Amino acid sequence: MSETRICSLSGLKIEKNAETLIMWNVVAGVALLAAGGLFGLLMALTRWPSVHLLDIQWYYRLLTLHGVDALLAWIIFFEIGLVYFCSSVLLGTRAAAPKVAWVAFAMMLGGGVLINVIVLLGGSDVLFTSYVPLKASPFYYLGIIIFAVGSLIAFCLFFANIVVAKREGAFQRTLPLGAYGMAAACIIAILTFGHGAGIMIPTLLWSAGLIPNVDPGAYRLVFWALGHASQQINVCAMVAVWYMTAAFTLGAKPVNEKLSRTAFVLYILFINVASEHHLLTDPILSNWHKIVNTSYVMHLAVLASMMHAFCVPASWEVALRKKGYTAGLFEWLKKAPWGNPAFSAIAISLVLFGFLGGITGVIFGTEQFAIVRHNTFAITGHFHTTVVAGTTLAFMGFTYLILPYIFRRKLILPGLAVIQPYLYGIGVTIFAMAMMAAGSFGVPRRHWDITFSGAPFSFSFDPSVDMFLSLMGVGSLLAVVGGGIYVVISLGSVFYGEKVEG
Amino acid sequence: MALKEPERIWWKPYSKDERLWISVALVWMVISFLFMPIYHLVGSTNPPSETYTVTNDQFQGLVDKMVEQYQVGEEKGIPVVHPEPGSDVFLQASMWRWYPILEFEKGKTYRVHLSSMDLQHGLSILPVNMNFMALPGYDYVITLTPNKSGEFHLVCNEYCGLGHHMMVGKLYVK
Ligand SMILES: [Cu+2]
Repeated sequence: MSETRICSLSGLKIEKNAETLIMWNVVAGVALLAAGGLFGLLMALTRWPSVHLLDIQWYYRLLTLHGVDALLAWIIFFEIGLVYFCSSVLLGTRAAAPKVAWVAFAMMLGGGVLINVIVLLGGSDVLFTSYVPLKASPFYYLGIIIFAVGSLIAFCLFFANIVVAKREGAFQRTLPLGAYGMAAACIIAILTFGHGAGIMIPTLLWSAGLIPNVDPGAYRLVFWALGHASQQINVCAMVAVWYMTAAFTLGAKPVNEKLSRTAFVLYILFINVASEHHLLTDPILSNWHKIVNTSYVMHLAVLASMMHAFCVPASWEVALRKKGYTAGLFEWLKKAPWGNPAFSAIAISLVLFGFLGGITGVIFGTEQFAIVRHNTFAITGHFHTTVVAGTTLAFMGFTYLILPYIFRRKLILPGLAVIQPYLYGIGVTIFAMAMMAAGSFGVPRRHWDITFSGAPFSFSFDPSVDMFLSLMGVGSLLAVVGGGIYVVISLGSVFYGEKVEG
Repeated sequence: MALKEPERIWWKPYSKDERLWISVALVWMVISFLFMPIYHLVGSTNPPSETYTVTNDQFQGLVDKMVEQYQVGEEKGIPVVHPEPGSDVFLQASMWRWYPILEFEKGKTYRVHLSSMDLQHGLSILPVNMNFMALPGYDYVITLTPNKSGEFHLVCNEYCGLGHHMMVGKLYVK
């Protein structure tokens, strides 16, 4: 029988295998975030007109890796940590198949390292989208497939763990809400990686010269069923983290489980089709298809977000009012633990994700707006407010929470931890808003030089674009300082933090 | 707690606040839901839907024929064409140029056929900021009625290799 302990801080029953798995997945994620963040800084310093740091080859090379490391690898590794947390620790049961989980971890790490090495060696400057017929080395696609299969195994382990937990009586009727949200994330993940296999395997065969071609239109359609839908895994995991962190830091509980759960079900049912909004200015879809699919069904997923937007702050208010902060309408808000980085991170994440990420997402995803926003810097601004200010910041907050619970270490530099979510949130807000402003003037994304040096004709953007891009550079520096503090605190605490009894 | 299994009966009816919030959100969604087909029918910025499959040779042939018929000048080695208003116009994307340079008349409608000869490219018409994808093998027809005269630039907005940033073309509206 495996070793277990009772956490003195949370009262959770924690099994050794689950604990080590969570720890190493989070550590690998943070290490890849550090790499992705560094590449992000170099991107920003290149698009900052007066700096224009990298040469052309390294810009596209590191842009490829920035997407792979910061968007794919860091977030998925952290989510795998959440899978084990929600399906084992939260339910007080053992990890069902720790050996399989380690195989998954090794595949993800191996795939991630393979991609990084291949791209750094050159020859795979295909960016995150790797649109065919732009060709990368077969090892690039192989790396993506190995990483994806590894994470698919880990996501499937969620359900294996749940079966074991149910058999061992860890729960009777239904999952706790945090685990329920992760279950939704896992279902979307499995659908998503099915699409990933559907497109990455033929692309690998094509790159290796075994099949003659992959249709670029079909590639885009299936790629985005992977690329965008994988962001919906992030949304579900992020919302689950919001609920769980509020429970740990405030003792909050969902005001109405039915409403919160319905919202997760709406995500599963409707959010995947939203991925087709990437194709609104593409040749392959008919008008009718564009209208129905992208503009309308998407709204049912937006409704789900609106439900969470009610439920999450409502649970904070109820919990804080129970603590006696009942004066006036907003005493509870003033007395919320703003100095606790776990709480402030999810609060900032919720506000930025909702107001900046969500609203711009709905606008840019509509049929007519797509024409003036497609492939501009505005899109880059949009997804940095969802994925970076939303998901990444929420995961940062969750790390501060589990450092004592799972890693049994006190935070090093607790003073810096207090300001970290604010610094990071402000930095991301500045650079993402600046990107959106520049994009509205037509500045393209994935572009090394907007002065078009060497082109037969030159075009000058509106002069205010220079100011917006400089502002983006300044915001990025702030965000990188905030992100750097997170990396130092989390990795530093894991290995050198003062031990917590428990 | 979000951390514990809920009590026996957790499917409580929605409260007044919750019903109000969901209703407002739902009404808002329905308005956007209806607004888009309406705008699709009465607005003037719909994404085009006309697409054909085409081979590189076929498209090249159509481009060459148009250039031969309507060429009025040349800039930096790229022909400038002034096609007949209302006619089919062919715009070719390849690493790393837009070919040829087009000259349109204000207020006249053109059917612009867009295709790529190699990789995926993105057509960005600046400074008006309209963006479309050009995919190899697909002939994408954009019906365009310029309502402003002047000089416009065509910039590639989809990464297409190291010369991506040099992919700048021109469009005149007279
Ligand atoms: Cu191009």
